[in-house]
Amino acid sequence: MAKRSPAAGFWVVLAVVLAATVGAAQADPNWRENGTSKAAVEGGQCVRETSWMRRNHMALIKHDRELTVVEGVRTIDGSLAGCVACHANRDASGGFIPVEAEDQFCAGCHEYTATTLDCFQCHATVPVK
Amino acid sequence: MNTDSKHEQGRRDFLKHGAAAATVAVAPGVLLHAVNAKPREEPVTDAVRWGMLVDTTKCADGCNACVEACDQENGIDMMLKPASADEAEWERQKPRWIRKVKVKDNLTEKVTNLPLMCVHCEHPPCVDVCPTGASFRRADGIVMVNRHTCIGCRYCMMACPYKARSFIHESVQYQLTAVPRGKGCVESCTFCVHRLDRGQTTTACQDACSREGHKAIVFGDLRDPQSEVSQVLKRYPSVALRADLKLNPGVRFAGI
Repeated sequence: MAKRSPAAGFWVVLAVVLAATVGAAQADPNWRENGTSKAAVEGGQCVRETSWMRRNHMALIKHDRELTVVEGVRTIDGSLAGCVACHANRDASGGFIPVEAEDQFCAGCHEYTATTLDCFQCHATVPVK
Repeated sequence: MNTDSKHEQGRRDFLKHGAAAATVAVAPGVLLHAVNAKPREEPVTDAVRWGMLVDTTKCADGCNACVEACDQENGIDMMLKPASADEAEWERQKPRWIRKVKVKDNLTEKVTNLPLMCVHCEHPPCVDVCPTGASFRRADGIVMVNRHTCIGCRYCMMACPYKARSFIHESVQYQLTAVPRGKGCVESCTFCVHRLDRGQTTTACQDACSREGHKAIVFGDLRDPQSEVSQVLKRYPSVALRADLKLNPGVRFAGI
């Protein structure tokens, strides 16, 4: 076959785009060193491995939301409130910066990958009561 | 999934810290409840049915304590009038989970004050009409809106005979962690479900009413014959509002 099919070309382009996206899908690779969030300052382990979380955090949150809202289970290991509690940075005056503000923990990746972030239309973006 | 011991430990810490945050949040005066407060681990069952008795003879004219406490507890007062809305429109449409109602019997001229909120029906019309299943009744009798599936059609608002639900028309800037709320969804009283799920047994409106010294609101488990609410319901006459609709509400009223 002398001519390559258009479909094959599409897959090549897609593979390149995906490789670039996954490789660079970190807003600030040094968020631990540069950040002022609880996770950055105190360190410690996330509820899953970092590499797992990067790709699958949405699945964890999506499943557990039904468990909490409908069944009332509050001791889940993937609560969005937990994400915010650990990953919200503090500004110079000590106040929290919303996690969905530009370049912050959540928004950084979501902006880069052009995926909408709907959680915070309803959920609190800083640790509050 | 990764469940080695290190990660397991991480999860435990995560949960522990979550619980700690919930305890700190509790206002002075209800700290006692917080000491024993433990987040719910098992799904709710129908072994409990939350309910309330409002004694309208104790409800004071001009007192707004329950409404203010509700607004504070659920972060409703954090939502300000959108710049685009005019004053009258905002007054008409702003979210209200409890409204103070004054009714007058035209024949006898007897005036009755009462707080009216979602009465958490056993057969809720809002659940019947919801096209997405977002409006639902939890096993323990609390009627709620699942904001993840609510499409904002407001059919439930039309179906509710108690005018208990509000629609959020504009973006919400500030929310409380315990009470997520946002634009495009319908919302109403949840019997302070976030408190109940953390082991507390009172609602914000009930606490406020007691603090004011009126004690017009008694809240508790209707299925437990020893609970305070069951005891007072047994002793005093009470009615369901719009009993003709046979909805069997969890909130009953005395003195009307």
